[in-house]
Amino acid sequence: MIPLSWYLLLSAVLFCLGVAGFLIKRNLITVFMSIELMLNAVNLSFVTFAHQWHAVKGQIFVFFVMMVAAAEAAVGLAIIIAVFRVRQTLAVDRIDLMKL
Amino acid sequence: MRLAPTASDGTMYLILFIVFAGFCLAGAVNLLLQRHPINSALSLIVVMTSLAVLYLLLGAEFLAAAQVIVYAGAIMVLFTFVVMLLNAGREERTLGSRAAKTLGFPAVVVILALVATVIVKATGLHGAMLSDGITSTVDLSRVLFRELLLPFEVTSVLVLVAILGAVALARSAGGERTAGK
Repeated sequence: MIPLSWYLLLSAVLFCLGVAGFLIKRNLITVFMSIELMLNAVNLSFVTFAHQWHAVKGQIFVFFVMMVAAAEAAVGLAIIIAVFRVRQTLAVDRIDLMKL
Repeated sequence: MRLAPTASDGTMYLILFIVFAGFCLAGAVNLLLQRHPINSALSLIVVMTSLAVLYLLLGAEFLAAAQVIVYAGAIMVLFTFVVMLLNAGREERTLGSRAAKTLGFPAVVVILALVATVIVKATGLHGAMLSDGITSTVDLSRVLFRELLLPFEVTSVLVLVAILGAVALARSAGGERTAGK
């Protein structure tokens, strides 16, 4: 038997690795992957708490997060393709038209 | 369904958790270290598949299957497809933004320390073991299709809008040329 706090700690570490990846990575697609990593980390907390309180709704929330993440990935990658067509690059440093 | 716990139950659970949590962390760290997007995508698949096993250990059998099919399957295929379509090469090593270095990384450390302190100090958290009951898909769908039917239908509209948006965005650049012909 292992305490549920281990799962929560794993989730926190995964989330922070996702944030760090968002800051470190210089490629648009990899930055997007870091966001998916953060979503997965939060899903793990949801499942852990659903186990803690024997609540089915926690798992259903994860199901909804998965659906929204799938929609988000489809739209996000379409945006990346559109950006690549215009700018011919995926480096986030070169896509700075809206930067102050 | 609750099975009687046996002596080897705890060790088995511990080994499974440590192995797959280790895979998870190794994949996430590898995602940060790799310079080529396709290697990052493959390590993200490792993270997602090991998370599916962890969901199974927590008794969420439907979510484990959905995690493999939706995340490790559909979403990551989309990612690798885009990486190959755009022929993304190794990322250039640049300085990065100054704000990320001065504010971002200390903020990440502070967030991790804060959350970890709260989790470690939390009382009343149960333990998890193999003999814990699993949430069957029957229970899940009973709540989903009786109490939460409206959010489910609203999400289907959201997915439809997302599909239309993705098609409209992806064809926008070539759209004018084909329309002019």
